[in-house]
Amino acid sequence: MPKLLAAARETGFYAAVLFFVILAAFPFYWMLITAFKTNADLYDLSNIPFWFNQWPTLEHVRYLFTQTLFARWLLNSLIIGVIVTAITLVTALPAGYALARMTGRSGESLGIAVFMTYLVPPTLLFLPLSRVVSMLGLQDSMWSLVLVYPTFTIPFCTWLLMGFFKAVPREIEEAAVVDGCSILGAFVKMVLPVSLPGILTVVIFTFTLTLQEFIYALTFISSSAQKTITLGVATDLVRGDIYYWGELMAGALIASIPVAIAYSLFLDRFIAGITGGAVK
Amino acid sequence: MVAIAEKAARPASRLQFILDRPGVLGALFVSPAILYVLALVGVPFLLAIYYSLSAFTIYSQSYRFVGLRNFVDIVNDPVFRQTLLNTFVFTFGSQILGLILGKFGALMLLRPFPGRKLVRALIILPWAVPVALATVAWEWMFDSLYSVINWMLIALGIITRSHAPNWLGTPDLAMLCVIVVNAWRFFPFAIVIFLAGITAIPQDVLDAATVDGAGFWRRNYQIILPMIAPIVVVGLVFGIVFTFTDLSIVYLLTNGGPVNATSVLGYEGFQVGIISGDVAHGAAISLFMLPLLFVLVLVMLRMIRRQEI
Repeated sequence: MPKLLAAARETGFYAAVLFFVILAAFPFYWMLITAFKTNADLYDLSNIPFWFNQWPTLEHVRYLFTQTLFARWLLNSLIIGVIVTAITLVTALPAGYALARMTGRSGESLGIAVFMTYLVPPTLLFLPLSRVVSMLGLQDSMWSLVLVYPTFTIPFCTWLLMGFFKAVPREIEEAAVVDGCSILGAFVKMVLPVSLPGILTVVIFTFTLTLQEFIYALTFISSSAQKTITLGVATDLVRGDIYYWGELMAGALIASIPVAIAYSLFLDRFIAGITGGAVK
Repeated sequence: MVAIAEKAARPASRLQFILDRPGVLGALFVSPAILYVLALVGVPFLLAIYYSLSAFTIYSQSYRFVGLRNFVDIVNDPVFRQTLLNTFVFTFGSQILGLILGKFGALMLLRPFPGRKLVRALIILPWAVPVALATVAWEWMFDSLYSVINWMLIALGIITRSHAPNWLGTPDLAMLCVIVVNAWRFFPFAIVIFLAGITAIPQDVLDAATVDGAGFWRRNYQIILPMIAPIVVVGLVFGIVFTFTDLSIVYLLTNGGPVNATSVLGYEGFQVGIISGDVAHGAAISLFMLPLLFVLVLVMLRMIRRQEI
């Protein structure tokens, strides 16, 4: 009898695993299969929708790249991501370092204050920011996003880097200073090289945060040519009430893949960053 | 020794001298980040408060002070009152569902089994992938005619084609849909948070409790839960903040409909302030998020501080 009970428990456990996997991954499986199905297959209710009833097709992907601005959106997102990452590194690297090295509680408090601004939501700021953006003549331009995205990447990355720099022993810089280096020199020559893993994490997360952003992009940008990949796919492939589900899913799939990979590789660091204050 | 003496003998430039004072350098290092955030978060934040007290619209850009009139207007609007209620239902409904899924998911992933890494990577997907793109996939799954969920329910004989639910076109079902999609998006995050908390508990604490006679439930509720409380609260604060203020899921899935059944604060602020151009009322609507946000930030600060002591 105990053997039977154990077998039942095992079955229950793997049933739970299956439940969670289907729950999490089914929408992506659905994206995948829709993206490569022919329209005749997609819109036929007598077909079993879970697999291909006709040969898969690349028609939707081809359409995406030839008949829509998909490639342009990819490029826009890439440009925005690269520049925002650069701005974030230039500001957050020194800030995180200084906050980590400040004596007493002032550094910690200032760090927490900076991090708290990450919690100020876009839906509270989008109205005044859209005024600021139009005063600067950036309305309906992807450059408005280059300006605005650092408002959430800087706080987040400063906090993340503060944690990394705290783990770098002070002795490294002190030794350099004794050898005649300036503090600035010690930071650039000694501290930055040993913090490369932290810097890489920040680059990856800044980039994925800009890819995931939707609200500011929706608010500031209306012309198709200026859209980011996320905004373009979600709002521009729908015409009237007709959906191009095949193209839509193909676009969503292609845009999701890089982010999904980055996250699975850097997940642990992200968690360490987000909960940095709460777990030591 | 010789090298050091040589360096010291060389006259340092004045700039070098100033830069080597830690106070100056520290201020210099911190200021770009702080200034950027002050200019594009601090100032707009104050501007949002001012807009809400003014008569500003994009058609008549007047900064005339009107006191609390905008707030009185929107509170008297039944659509806004429904929006406020919807926001709470949406936020807490999806967070509770997300937490339950997260707790069980974490317990499951604690146990080693073949393929655990792959399972973990798959489970993270809903949280990693841009929410707008995932929402579009859900919209397709909830399609009024080609819904795969309905297809399955029909195939299983639970419903018939003529009585198939119109997920996004029925008020209560639409609310259920946006809650489910949001919980789906957040449960991987909850799993990860629970896992981080549980694995941080030293095994000897649990062993000691077992030796002292604590059973499974007692270990669970009197040792594990209090010990992981700080990190779970931090995670929950994140979840609530980003759900309470979100508009993307509602915007893409239901457009606030049908008949405002799923309209939430962020969405309504966007509709009034951006689409209709009534910046003053839009700002007032958005500012209704502030009291709850404020409380959440205080909770978060308490948790971060408590851990330091």
